[in-house]
Amino acid sequence: MVERIKFSLAAPVVAIVVSILVGSLVLIASGANPLAAYGEMIRFGFQLETIVNILNRATPLYLSAVAVAIGFRMNLFNIGVEGQYILAAFMGAAAGAELAFLPGPLHVVAILFVSMVTGAVWAAIPAVLKVTRGVSEVISTIMLNAIATGFLVSYLLAKWADQSDTTLNIQTKPIEESGWVPSLNGVLELFTRDIRPGTELYGFLLIAILVGVIYHVGLKYTRPGFDLRASGENPAAAEASGVSPKSTVIAAMLLSGGIAGLVGLPEILGRTHNFGLQFTRQLGFVGIAVALLGRNHPVGIAVGALIIAFLDSSSAVLQVKSDASPEVVKIIQGVIIFTSVVAYEVIRRRQAVDEARSAAEALAQPSPHGSHGEGAEPMVDPAKQGGRS
Amino acid sequence: MNSKHVVSDEAPAVELAGITKRFPGVIANQNVNVRVERGEIHALVGENGAGKSTLMKILYGMQPADEGTMEVGGKRVNFSSPRDAIDHGIGMVHQHFMLADNFTVLENIILGSEPLKGGGRIDFNQAHDKVQALCDSYGLEINIDDLVEDLEVGERQRVEIIKVLFRGAEILILDEPTAVLVPHEVDELFRNLRELRTQGKTIIFIDHKLDEVLEISDNITVLRRGETVATVGASEVTAPELAELMVGAELPSPGEREGAIGDAVTFKAENLTITEADGRKVLNGVSFQIHDKEIVGLAGVEGNGQSELIDALLGIRPLSAGRLFLNGEDLTNSAVSDRRAKGLGYVPEDRHRRGLLLNFPLWENAMLGYQRLKPFSKRGFWLDSEATRERTEEIISRFDVRTPNMDVAARVLSGGNQQKLIVGREMLSEPEALIAAHPTRGVDVGAQAAIWESLRAARDEGLGVLLISADLDELIGLSDRLLVIFRGEIVAELNPETITPRELGGYMTGAGATTEAANG
Amino acid sequence: MTAPTKTRNGQSDPIATTPNRPMILRVLEETGKARWLLAFGLIVVLLSITEVASGTTDLASTGTWSTALAFAVPIMCAGLGGMYSERAGVVNIGLEGMLILGTWFGAWGAFFWGPWGGIAAATIGGALGGLLHAVATVSYGVDHIISGVAINILAPGITRFLANELFVSDPEASFPQAGPGGSVTQSPNVQGVSSIDLPFLSGGWGTPDLLGALENTEWLFVSQAAGILRGMVTNLSLLTLLAWALIPLSAWVLWRTAFGLRLRSTGEHPAAADSLGVNVIKYKYIGVIASGAFAGFGGGFLVIELTGIFKEGQTGGRGFIGLATMLVGNYRPTGVGIGALLFGFTDTLQLRDPSAAHGLLLLLAMIATLVTAYYVYKKSWIVAAVTTVLGVGFFGAYLFTDAVIPQFPPALPFFAVLLLMIFAGGRLRMPATTGQPYRKGDH
Repeated sequence: MVERIKFSLAAPVVAIVVSILVGSLVLIASGANPLAAYGEMIRFGFQLETIVNILNRATPLYLSAVAVAIGFRMNLFNIGVEGQYILAAFMGAAAGAELAFLPGPLHVVAILFVSMVTGAVWAAIPAVLKVTRGVSEVISTIMLNAIATGFLVSYLLAKWADQSDTTLNIQTKPIEESGWVPSLNGVLELFTRDIRPGTELYGFLLIAILVGVIYHVGLKYTRPGFDLRASGENPAAAEASGVSPKSTVIAAMLLSGGIAGLVGLPEILGRTHNFGLQFTRQLGFVGIAVALLGRNHPVGIAVGALIIAFLDSSSAVLQVKSDASPEVVKIIQGVIIFTSVVAYEVIRRRQAVDEARSAAEALAQPSPHGSHGEGAEPMVDPAKQGGRS
Repeated sequence: MNSKHVVSDEAPAVELAGITKRFPGVIANQNVNVRVERGEIHALVGENGAGKSTLMKILYGMQPADEGTMEVGGKRVNFSSPRDAIDHGIGMVHQHFMLADNFTVLENIILGSEPLKGGGRIDFNQAHDKVQALCDSYGLEINIDDLVEDLEVGERQRVEIIKVLFRGAEILILDEPTAVLVPHEVDELFRNLRELRTQGKTIIFIDHKLDEVLEISDNITVLRRGETVATVGASEVTAPELAELMVGAELPSPGEREGAIGDAVTFKAENLTITEADGRKVLNGVSFQIHDKEIVGLAGVEGNGQSELIDALLGIRPLSAGRLFLNGEDLTNSAVSDRRAKGLGYVPEDRHRRGLLLNFPLWENAMLGYQRLKPFSKRGFWLDSEATRERTEEIISRFDVRTPNMDVAARVLSGGNQQKLIVGREMLSEPEALIAAHPTRGVDVGAQAAIWESLRAARDEGLGVLLISADLDELIGLSDRLLVIFRGEIVAELNPETITPRELGGYMTGAGATTEAANG
Repeated sequence: MTAPTKTRNGQSDPIATTPNRPMILRVLEETGKARWLLAFGLIVVLLSITEVASGTTDLASTGTWSTALAFAVPIMCAGLGGMYSERAGVVNIGLEGMLILGTWFGAWGAFFWGPWGGIAAATIGGALGGLLHAVATVSYGVDHIISGVAINILAPGITRFLANELFVSDPEASFPQAGPGGSVTQSPNVQGVSSIDLPFLSGGWGTPDLLGALENTEWLFVSQAAGILRGMVTNLSLLTLLAWALIPLSAWVLWRTAFGLRLRSTGEHPAAADSLGVNVIKYKYIGVIASGAFAGFGGGFLVIELTGIFKEGQTGGRGFIGLATMLVGNYRPTGVGIGALLFGFTDTLQLRDPSAAHGLLLLLAMIATLVTAYYVYKKSWIVAAVTTVLGVGFFGAYLFTDAVIPQFPPALPFFAVLLLMIFAGGRLRMPATTGQPYRKGDH
């Protein structure tokens, strides 16, 4: 058990250490002092306002990573989270503006509903293509991303833009207050000092936590969750146990898309109240990275999201207080992601080798006449060969 | 019996002496001696697991022997890789062809040894001429401009043969070459082999279809359980005699049983047929019945339709024709989950692929196949981990699964313990009928005995079992009735108490002539 | 059993399409080189009809096609890059990131050493990205998609950092700065390469402008054909010429040399290659590094030839369009070239005459009709029904709107890939083991 924890933590720790080293080298090369830079970042990072910012950034990242992780658990690459969340956020904002007649909580729920359905539908397309025509979901989701963001959203945004806005911003009509998710500052201030105005803790944080809980409970404690995990781990065994591979693919993608639909909402329902050109993009791809960092585990993903968010938020201080350029955090983030996947793979291979060795040692006990069959050889089915090897 | 058909007086092409090879828990080859003269076609026969493939891998340098010596052309050799073997003129035509579908025949042949003409350019004219010359002189008919994916199986095999000839092979090893060929392709292959022999090549091939072996080879070496049983001249032995050598003069005696076979038919298969896209029937009219308190064994060489039958019974593969019934209920169109829920148990032939979730803890593996049912989940939705863990505890103790605890990942367990877990899982879910496919493959002797015992006990309590296996000990020791499958059809129904080795070996390898269909 | 594919002298034809092709295409192939003429002729006819119907002269004009030829280059380079990598069995979706690296290194190199230095630097920059991908996927067995995604995240970070260091004028900096005119998100302007007009065909160096004369006749079909051809030889930058030469070069290397055969074998059947003594790891590395190099070249071209400046975000998804092009081009160099040219053409229309872009709808409607006819001939009724619907839709859009939705043409490549995968996915010839990690001894 201790061995397993050791193995699980080793990779992220290695990744972080390596990226800090690389970041330091880069800083030194550019003439800055890494220790001073890191110090500034940490000092700034633990201020209350920054913590609020970190949590705000981490919330959509967490949702995005959970969406991706659901796919990963089924061995599906939902790279389409990017397109799904942007399209869903746009639809949610546009619908939200029209649904102003709904009372408070109902208005918010309606927006959530629209966004989740949009995301699920957009994810259903690659799912159906995969199940019926065998189209790789990697390719179809990449194409659908471009269609969603470059074509659909661009076109519809221009078409449905708020005409009453006199600024140069192109954005959807604003959502009335009944569709806002209230900030948690009040709650937070019960525990800490007053927060400086201008910084609000997204209430959507609670929804994100709820999603995380449902993700965890659903996968671990329900039978459909077991079916999904089993199908991702070993489709042949799952099929023999009664799990339909096609249904599971579709279900997983729908779920993934539905959660992806929520990714853009913290920002829209908590701050901007419309969808405009300033809407944060790329969260789908960063979500993939966070899911990888967190190893698809609900708590691991949360930690990963917080780390990335911390790096983003605290780098702002570097501009002002040191001669290190804030862009170095982008490199640190990239290196963390890259090294973590390499480290995971290396460690996984080490683990497999270790186990094989200990298993072989255990089996090396002598037996009277050996077992039947050429034990080390896999089953050969001559009827299958001769075709595509 | 050691008469030989001597072909020449030179040093033998290949001489293997005292070859021994061990793997963890198995002795694959034990003091094997084989002598092959130049210009001879020499067959290596034996059941599955007799040690033939391992021996050839050693000869081809893919694995080192633990003990023994090899001589090629009279010279002592020691191969550390296939390159060494190739350099000594040995070429291997693998069972699984190594051909790139998207390349032409020519490209596949010259890959890695391309004739060049300056600047790194391939000299296709020279290549074409050389390869065509090989085809012509050995009578190997193939269009070398074709894409490999357009070729039929027999033609692909020819490409593999040309590949080794192109690299100067004098000794060709063919691993079960006829396993995937239809009769007219086999004839073509044999024609080619005879031509190669006429030109002085030496051929060693592994097979277990006795009629073919007798037709083409000069001499035959029989292996059984990793040891050389005999080397005989093909003209001096009959098929039944060969079968007896392969299988042993004595078969194990069947086990004792309490009580009689039940009357009720638990499982019935009627005319099961699966036709592939190219018209081949991988299952052809398979019919059988399994009663209460009965173990029906299905014997046969691997690749004769067993996998397809299992897939059809489980529901993973749809039938082209036929029906099947569990306790009288027609399950022909039911989904896999329905069949499992109605009581169809399954001990898979490949536990890693179909039986376990290797990275999942044991207690989660204990519900695989039954997760929708009690006690593993409540109303099929909420997992009842407490009840599941209790059941796992029961499996572990009653079936003697050696493990530190039930939270370790399944892959940590040894093969035998993994299999015991699977058997226990199936048994304790009290199935109506059980498909047990190779239930003790790769399992140590102790676990094997335990699994056999639990199968017998369950049978005595009322279970009907379809036992599919290649292990004759197992089949004869456990079955109440024995069916034989060959090329997708049931070709015999035999009584394990009175069967002779010749008969059984004969039916399994197609040498038998009977077409007695199995009926209840 | 279907008749085997015709090949030339034993090599799988780089131009041929897949086996089991229908009769029409087989007829086309029997005609050999003539089929290129037929295809060209068909394009000329379609474009001419569209021009007349829409009242524009820009669909087959020199200007449009000359621009299209240049615009196509980054896409083509990305597509070629993807092809090299996948031919070696490694999926590379990090092309966007490698393209980005190419843009930065191209700008930086061009500032100090002129356009040719810039292109060289861009190629090396992209190759470094390829190297990273190769190490991760080939040596460490990281999943190809994941590594690609990681590189796409890493690359903009690196370039932003480098831009901050080297493009912003800082008197105390330790490296020579490229400036003034730079900032974190863009570089100072850089110079392009000189252009030429080909002699005779386009009147270069004082020779008579034959194609130009033909184009000016305004005879139907003739002037359009001349316009298209002249577009490819007018105002032709040497860099563009070099870029397009990469296509025949790639075809030659991959299908006529031992190197190319071995590289392709690592993607088709690495175990077979290994059993024949080919160093699979080495060739996979080369394939992936080359992939990065091509993408880098494309990025450099984008900066040096097309925009004259490095700007953050300028790649605009061209790495993914390149992937789309590779798929549409069926993993072959000529296919990639044609696909890139078509996508470059649709991209260009945006900037030219709006009614030309509108005419695109009519063109699509006609193509849909032809495709429908083909599927009717093959009796694939469902597919024919779908293409009919599409055709009617395009035609209706053409009739009832004045201008095409501006975002539509740039999205065409993606729609094309989706339709292709749905209807003809089985025909695509992905190298057999692409995406699978290779460990020595995997048999």
